[in-house]
Amino acid sequence: MAVTEEKAGAWIGKPVARKEDAKLLTGQSRYVDDLTLPGMVFAAVVRSPFAHARIKRVDVAPALESEGVVAAFTGADLAEDWAATLPCVWLVTEDTKQPMHRPLATDKARYAGDGVAVVLAETRAQAKDAAELVEVDYEPLPAVIDPEEALAEGAPLVHEELEDNRSYTWALKTDNADDVFSSAPVVVKERYRQQRLIPNAIEPRGVLAQYLPAQDEYTLWSATQIPHILRFWLAVTLGIPEARLRVVAPDVGGGFGSKLNVYAEEALALVLARRLGRPVKWTEERSEGYLATSHGRDQWQEIELAADEDGTLRGVRVRLTVGMGAYLQLVGAGTPILGAWVYGGAYDIEAYDFECVGVFTTATPTDAYRGAGRPEATYAIERAMDALARRLDMDPVELRRKNFITEFPKTIASGLEIDSGDFHGALDRALELVDYEGLRREQAERRAAGDGKQLGIGLATYTEMCGLAPSRILGVLLYAAGGWDAATIRCLPTGSVQVFIGTSPHGQGHVTTFSQIVADRLGIPIEQVEVLHGDTSTMQLGLDTYGSRSLAVGGVALYKAADKIVEKSKAVVAHKLEVSPDDLQEEHGRFTVAGTDKAMTVQDAALHAFTAHDLPDGMEPGLEATFVYDPPNFSWPGGAHVAVLEVDTETGEIELRRYVAVDEIGNVVNPTIVDGQVHGGVAQGIGQALFEEAIYDEEGNLTTGSMVSYLVPSAAELIDLELDRVSAPSPTNPMGVKGVGETGAIASPAAVINAVVDALAQFGVTDVEMPAKPERVWRALQEGGAR
Amino acid sequence: MIPARFDYEVAESADHAVELLGSGPDAKLLAGGHSLLPLMRLRLARPELLVDVGRLGDLSYVREDGDAIAIGALTRYHDLERSELLRAEAPIVAHAAGTVGDPQVRHRGTIGGSVAHCDPASDAPTVLLALDAELVVRGPGGERRLPVAESFGGFLATTLDPQELLTEIRVPKTGADGWAYEKLTRRAQDWATVAVAAVRANGGARVALTNMGPTALRAGGVEEALASGSDPAAAAERAADGTSPPSDHNASAEFRQHLARVLTRRALEKALG
Repeated sequence: MAVTEEKAGAWIGKPVARKEDAKLLTGQSRYVDDLTLPGMVFAAVVRSPFAHARIKRVDVAPALESEGVVAAFTGADLAEDWAATLPCVWLVTEDTKQPMHRPLATDKARYAGDGVAVVLAETRAQAKDAAELVEVDYEPLPAVIDPEEALAEGAPLVHEELEDNRSYTWALKTDNADDVFSSAPVVVKERYRQQRLIPNAIEPRGVLAQYLPAQDEYTLWSATQIPHILRFWLAVTLGIPEARLRVVAPDVGGGFGSKLNVYAEEALALVLARRLGRPVKWTEERSEGYLATSHGRDQWQEIELAADEDGTLRGVRVRLTVGMGAYLQLVGAGTPILGAWVYGGAYDIEAYDFECVGVFTTATPTDAYRGAGRPEATYAIERAMDALARRLDMDPVELRRKNFITEFPKTIASGLEIDSGDFHGALDRALELVDYEGLRREQAERRAAGDGKQLGIGLATYTEMCGLAPSRILGVLLYAAGGWDAATIRCLPTGSVQVFIGTSPHGQGHVTTFSQIVADRLGIPIEQVEVLHGDTSTMQLGLDTYGSRSLAVGGVALYKAADKIVEKSKAVVAHKLEVSPDDLQEEHGRFTVAGTDKAMTVQDAALHAFTAHDLPDGMEPGLEATFVYDPPNFSWPGGAHVAVLEVDTETGEIELRRYVAVDEIGNVVNPTIVDGQVHGGVAQGIGQALFEEAIYDEEGNLTTGSMVSYLVPSAAELIDLELDRVSAPSPTNPMGVKGVGETGAIASPAAVINAVVDALAQFGVTDVEMPAKPERVWRALQEGGAR
Repeated sequence: MIPARFDYEVAESADHAVELLGSGPDAKLLAGGHSLLPLMRLRLARPELLVDVGRLGDLSYVREDGDAIAIGALTRYHDLERSELLRAEAPIVAHAAGTVGDPQVRHRGTIGGSVAHCDPASDAPTVLLALDAELVVRGPGGERRLPVAESFGGFLATTLDPQELLTEIRVPKTGADGWAYEKLTRRAQDWATVAVAAVRANGGARVALTNMGPTALRAGGVEEALASGSDPAAAAERAADGTSPPSDHNASAEFRQHLARVLTRRALEKALG
């Protein structure tokens, strides 16, 4: 359907082409690096080449001599410019250790890439050349990268003011857990690695900061997912009035959580702009980003399942050791806790026992990365379910079917309530699409024939909690903000509409999706709906975009703001038509009076509300409404993914053959955009399963420092994904929608690795660590065969 | 992303390029730029002068020359991949060119640049070694020819004089059959983890290995075994003899040696089957 269609009517549910694409495809987007201000200077950050080193001396004088250099500062020079540490907004326990984190280090560098000085010059190249001239005397200290090793006695201390490298221990346990585990006839215990991942948004980070001394006003343009949260916390870090700081997120090219942060360079640019009285720009280089932008995952997972002999799952016990890296970033400490509730997966269990230890290491800080805690949880429970199926000699499908949650709402053992779902429906549909029985026959034939390429079939059935989040629950969890969001609809006198949303898109297509909601509810032609976002000076407060929340929270806020517009319009229309509001019928923003030909639209009401010549007594002029929506529950998508692949038993190569994803995500506003979200998520999950891994050497150097060695899969590594959906609309919001931005990344690693192990189980293989690269597969075969 | 400062000159002819190479102590030739520029952007390479030979269109060709196919050093992978002449007379070259990088790389990267970069993980040196190709180079003193094997100086180093320019690569006509290039990569765009080129010759085969040592290598043990009557499977067992492959994130040396044996067997089965 063309976006120019003007007919009023049902827009929700239609595959409208994205309004954003024309500018993206013709190079007319404006990213931070496209912005220029008069007098702008360029910053280059001098970064520690050592993972852990005492900073003995920093001398910026040689850099100051270099051509074009305007200024240079050490961490010590700027130490008094900070009113507070860079923030972590989620200190998950009362005693979580949060060390001071300055934008430039002063005493020690705590990871390779930690900033120690900054150089400003007239051009970017001059800044970069001069940064090489800054002299730093380092006293190298031993590195510790693995979070388990960092907990060991005698490990190098990342923060010497702490007694050890533990930041926190967070636990959640049902009273019956020990009894269930001691009495269960079957217990399987598994141990998995969630490797470190590098997010790789296509647009690197970048900032442009301006300070106007006469007004004492700051403006920061940043490639960020969170302009609103950023303003709040930068005001705290700098100790300036929040109202004096404007944050703008212009076009932003991807984030996946890596731009859900308050970064050193954002704070630095503001302080430098204030010191110099000139605008300051910094644009990250790709390899610089590999060091300086948050990483994901880095967990050791131990999971135990307690079950009866017939496969009835009774309890789940989980122990996590998670690398925080050198500092607590914005939600780094809480990221594993976002998974803490769903290690029971889609299954009805009675006992739950979860504990997570967050650990400092001399590595780049970790934080949210697409799925944030739930891919890890889904991986652990789904791998363990396959291990249990092997132990019980059950088909993994039957084991899952036996244990699915079937009645909703359902309070799960971890204490949260799943509002709706259809796990059986999703799995049945996925198995039908993939021809599960036929694949099992083919697999048996290949096994019997000793084929050099063995077939693997892997399942992941999942549920996850997203749509962050009910503010009251966030308060209980010690999260330092709410989870509501807001939307404003401003009806202009000539009939078009401005929509201000508190979410901040960076590739998701909010402008299109939200336009559809307004066009549908108010009958405004879709091209006359202008969706504005990402500028704290021009709109109501919002809480930005992360955790698959934009539609499930922000979209619902918009829907309910439209309700308010309809309600006021109705009063205006009733007044103009001289009928009772009760006599009006409304559909898609058009009001009619039964039995007459009288009709008016929201657009008509907007003009009357603007002229205010003839409004009901006491009515405020104008047609504008804001709704702030606080979701009563999380959003609970679910589904079933099936990966089918071939493993070359000589070389260990894996070739994907099929990938079927059947997701249950409630009502869909734009199916094309939803398909795109699932595609991207599955691709990233396949990346985790087969290709991607951030690797450090013994000295703490990141040895996968560029896209040559950190393997992001390309189109050539992927296959056509087969997508379908079942629907169990959410009963907790009036649109019946759920989040979908992370489901693909949540389900796919488990499906892919289950398929790899399924192919090789006949040889005694029970695990292949991610990424399942050829050598790991080959070694698993050597070791499995030897058992 | 931003290289260190350098000077830049455009060569108007091969002789001009040779002359420019002699004008400074640390001059580098720039052809397709797909090996040199990434190194410069990471500041791992800091040449003082770049001599751009990328516009010497007269060094981009594939033509018949007696018993050989002559390939201009600046011929892009894409043009090798699509060359009907190569597909008919030396198809392993066209095939291997089609496995390099991705379409964008293949439209920029040149076969001469690859040979002159002498990366053991690159495909062109291995395939040319298996073909026993001949190189034509031009220097201040004129032109000379040498077998490709003699151009390998070591890891990322040729035996060519710093002021010499590779102008042409000459490969023998093999006909349509009797060859194979078996390559394992993590991703399609990556350099080979290991690859094996086999070309039928003298009743046996010439076999060469990618990424199994400091340069492309001949698998001498395999060739000897074939010459003395071993079947391909038995001969392939000797594929890793005398190799010293690197260990990296994609594969350990031990795994590379395993892969060399497996891929050699597969290559021989195709080339001799």
